[in-house]
Amino acid sequence: MTARDLAFLLVGLVCAASAVLAVTTRQVVHSALWLVVCLGTLAGCYVVLGAELVALVQLLVYVGAVVVVVLFALMLTRAPIGRNDGLGTPRLQRVAAAVLGAATTGLLLVALVPLVGTEATTPQNGDTRSVAAALFGAWVWPFELLSLLLLVALVGAVAVVRVSGPARPTRDPS
Amino acid sequence: MHLWLPVALAAVLAGTGLYGVLARRNAVLVLVGVELVLASATLLLVTLGARGSTGASGATALPALQTGQVLTLFVITLAAAEICVALAVVLALFRLQGHVDVSEEPRTEDTAARTRAGSGA
Repeated sequence: MTARDLAFLLVGLVCAASAVLAVTTRQVVHSALWLVVCLGTLAGCYVVLGAELVALVQLLVYVGAVVVVVLFALMLTRAPIGRNDGLGTPRLQRVAAAVLGAATTGLLLVALVPLVGTEATTPQNGDTRSVAAALFGAWVWPFELLSLLLLVALVGAVAVVRVSGPARPTRDPS
Repeated sequence: MHLWLPVALAAVLAGTGLYGVLARRNAVLVLVGVELVLASATLLLVTLGARGSTGASGATALPALQTGQVLTLFVITLAAAEICVALAVVLALFRLQGHVDVSEEPRTEDTAARTRAGSGA
């Protein structure tokens, strides 16, 4: 048990606990805020694993942008503030979902833990320079395509929101 | 460092995300579950990148470390694009239906006419 293990254990436990809270909390806004904690601590996990550039991008893109977009969507869809018991599906479906989630976790553990092995290894540290060289060397065309994809997603999002047919009632009158 | 720790965390995140997708009725909260599954995938990419290229790799193979991190950056960007479009769809759904409950009966022309007839009677 090295210091790195200990650091990862601490950050990872917070990450897992906040992930569980994000999907089980009964308050809509709390779910988004627990997602902030989860993704922020995941960035900490990346730092422990030696991927500092990925950690910073995770903080900027996920915590800075994605969660803000999620909070905006919650506001625009008039999500109820405060405790709300109508957020979950019926109990039977929730039990089935829990079983399925646990089964997925177990399956991934059984499949992936033998792959990486349980003995200690020294992870390589990724300095930003070599990652940047790979990004703009071997991966430059996928990188450029990604910019196109972002443009398409932007235009698509605006198009989906704007074209919603002739004036329909925004609320069910009944 | 024991690399099974991050792998175990990735497994937990994937299972939790799946539970979130299946057990939530609000469409935005379903997307929170999707984000957790994506986070587990990126964590796995970074972990396997940090493991290094121990397999049979030729001279022209890309180094695993940079590949793992570069692919993680790509997945993060794709996730940003995905959540953007998905939330646009959720907003369009909200305009159309007045709610974003994914387990409700979808409001088609037929049901709209039926509710109108029902409220009129």
